Formats: sequence, C-alpha cells, structure tokens
Amino acid sequence: MKTKTVVSTTINGGPVEFLCEPRQTLLEVLRNTLGLTGTKEGCSNGNCGACTVLMDGQPVVSCLVLAVEAEGAELRTIEGVACAGHLDDVQQAFLEGAALQCGICTPGFIMQTETLLEHNSTPTEDEIRFHLAGNLCRCTGYDKIVRAVQAAAAKRQAASQK
Amino acid sequence: MHAFDYQAPRKLADAITQLSQLNGSARPLAGGTDLIDQMRVGRLAPQTVIDVKKLPELNVLQADDTGLRLGAAVPCYRIYGNEQIVKHYSALADSCHIIGGVQIQSRASVGGNLCNSGPAADSTPSLIALGGVCVIAGPQGTREVAAEAFCVGPGKNVLQPGELLVEIRFPAARPYSGSHYRRFIPRNEMDIAVVGVGAAVELDPSGKTIVSARIGLGAVAPTPLYAEAASQMLAGQEVNETTLQQAADAAKAIISPITDMRGTREYRIHVTGVLVQRVLQAAVQRARGETIDYRPGR
Repeated sequence: MKTKTVVSTTINGGPVEFLCEPRQTLLEVLRNTLGLTGTKEGCSNGNCGACTVLMDGQPVVSCLVLAVEAEGAELRTIEGVACAGHLDDVQQAFLEGAALQCGICTPGFIMQTETLLEHNSTPTEDEIRFHLAGNLCRCTGYDKIVRAVQAAAAKRQAASQK
Repeated sequence: MHAFDYQAPRKLADAITQLSQLNGSARPLAGGTDLIDQMRVGRLAPQTVIDVKKLPELNVLQADDTGLRLGAAVPCYRIYGNEQIVKHYSALADSCHIIGGVQIQSRASVGGNLCNSGPAADSTPSLIALGGVCVIAGPQGTREVAAEAFCVGPGKNVLQPGELLVEIRFPAARPYSGSHYRRFIPRNEMDIAVVGVGAAVELDPSGKTIVSARIGLGAVAPTPLYAEAASQMLAGQEVNETTLQQAADAAKAIISPITDMRGTREYRIHVTGVLVQRVLQAAVQRARGETIDYRPGR
C-alpha cells in the first residue's frame, strides 16, 4: 500500500527507469529524482506552463501529471531540444531576440513553441498567441516572444525550401 | 500531496469493483487537470486514485451515421482533432478549443469536465445542446442520464459511490443542422466563463425556418441548464431578430446567476440574452453551411 513503484519511460530518446510514490508529480520526479532541472516549477497548478514537457508528442504541464502515469510514455524535456551542443532554431531565436529576462518561463515557452511549429510551420501572430496562451511570462510582455517564434518559423521555413 | 494508492485497471468491470469496494474513498483519474490540483491544495484526499485512461470503453471516439460515442476519458485535443466532430458536433469542438490552454487540452477530458460538475464548465452546455446522454456503469449495471440532469449542484452530480461515467452518446447529426458554443470572458483566453452558451439548431431545407433547437447555459445557475422553454418556442419559427430575441428572453427567465468577481447578477443576465442570440445566429449560419466569424481567443 502506498509503496513506491518502478516506472519505465523514454526521456529525450533514451530509456529511463525511476522509482516514485503515486503522490509525486512528473515535475517533482523530473527535477528532484532525475536531476532534469531545466523544466521549471512555476505555479504548480497548471496555469503558467513553465513545467511544459512533451508526453507522447503532446504538450502537458508536468505539475498536473502523476509520475506513475508516465509508465510506458515517451517524454521530451528542454534538455532534449539542443542537439550535440548546438541550440535549435527556437532556442537561438529566443536568445537573439531577447525573448527572455529572468528565464523561468523560457523552457516551457520553447517546448510549447516546438509543438506549434511541428504542426503549423507558418503560424500567424494570432495563432502564436493562442497556442502560447497557457504559458505565462511576467517579464517580457510577450511581444519579443511572439517575434522570436516568428523568426524561428521563418528560419525553419527558409531551411526547408533550400 | 497526501499519500494515496494508484490503480490503473484495464477492464471496466475491475474498475467498477475497485470503486465499489472502496465505497467513496476512491476517485477516478482521467486527465487529472482538476483532480490533481484539488488533491494538491487538500480539497480532495482520496485513499485511492483509479486511473481510468487504460479502459477501452472510456477511450471510444466514434462518429458515424448512427451518432457520436464519446468515451469519458477522451482528451480535448482528440475531440477537436476529429473532422466528423468539427463538422457535425461543432459546439463540442468549440468547447474543447477553449478549455484551459493547449497543454490542458492534451489531458483534460469532457467526461472529467462533466464529473467535476462546475457550474461554468465549458463543455457541458454543448453536451446539453447536442442532446448528449451520459452512460453510467455501476455495480447494479448500466444506466443513462440526460446531460442536463447529470449535475445537481456546484461540484455535485448523480454519480453514486461505485459508479463511473463511461461515455456520452449523441444522436446522429441531422441534415441542415448546426451548433456553436461561445463564452464571455474579459480576457482573450485562459479564463472561466462569465456566461457560456451552447446551442444546436435544425432548419428546414429552405434554411429559413427552425425545425428544432436546444440551448444549454453555463455559469448562470448552480448547475449548467437546459433552456427548455426557450428551445421549444423556436420550433417552427422563422429565423429572425424577433424570434431569437424571444428565445433569449425565455432563457434569461430561467437563470439564477450570482454576483462574483467575474460579474454581477444583473450583468450576467444581460450577457446571457446577448450570447443566446449570437450563438443561435452562429448555429443557424453553420446549419446553412456558412462559415461563422468566430475565432477562439478573439
């Protein structure tokens, strides 16, 4: 009863097993058990999106997922975005466009942007703002974030047309 | 969060047995977007959480010429990702697009939204408008409850200990029919409805006369409401400003909104009248095959 459970997942492409209690959220396990502290804790009630990770390709707020629910799931976190030491287009665009100040919301915005651009390579400003509505930023006022997403989309679009 | 047991049964019968044996001290877990937060703040402290997402019956999503079967654990993104639902059960897709943000829609289910039984639940007025019937399994067998009869108070519903909402069934889409859900919120997104209205209409082949209509109202009473008189008075009426205004007045007559931080009672009554007309008009346009001028978040 209420014992720890072994959970087997794939995280950022590699198999990961961990031990957790049913009451632990995926966010807690990612950060405290697995040391994947790139995923940030913001509000812990599903409003701010700072803890966004991809679970079987879908963006979820990891504070509202029980770690035991991740059994068999494929997870992607901010640690899996950069490739071989190189920032990806979205990360680079956020950096170049100064689309962050304190940075706590940034991993969540980047994960959420990745899911947007995967399904919609040429989003309008309205579509960007709607898709990112579940991510809160208290520093930037959002405009630079929207412009960074547009820049990343344009860069990927240009690359795909080469 | 308090310590609890976690079960993830793969058979509906096992889930019902577990729920019955635990006699009210267990809670079903679908998307968890309400339950996990309520456990975190200590409002709910079930001894056992029963994850119902592995039950095939609760994952059914099937729209064909016999109607729509919507499993209680199907998350919002699968619902608005289904072309048949977008086309023939548009109000439901509209609702799912504005429940929380995209991350919440990856997990939150319409069944969970209904079982959480909040007065401002965004999907329930659509279930009511589309004639949804809730299929409930329990130790004594299966029973059916109309969507408008499911909630009995804020956070309260007809489910008895040991019972589980399995799916919501909808009648086959009729020709010349259309539906829409819209809510009023002071922000663009990520907010709780001040008023929410779902409406479905069937027109005659000329597109001028209403054959039947159903209107569901949210956030204006202790439970979501079926505006029965307003709906029935539209049958046989021509679509015009007068008939829609009369339906709006009849809808306003049955509501009992509260005053809170999102709006006063008087304000909600006024907004209900405006929204009923706009949502009916949009449902009529869709029934005529026209595109409506509506984008969520605008």
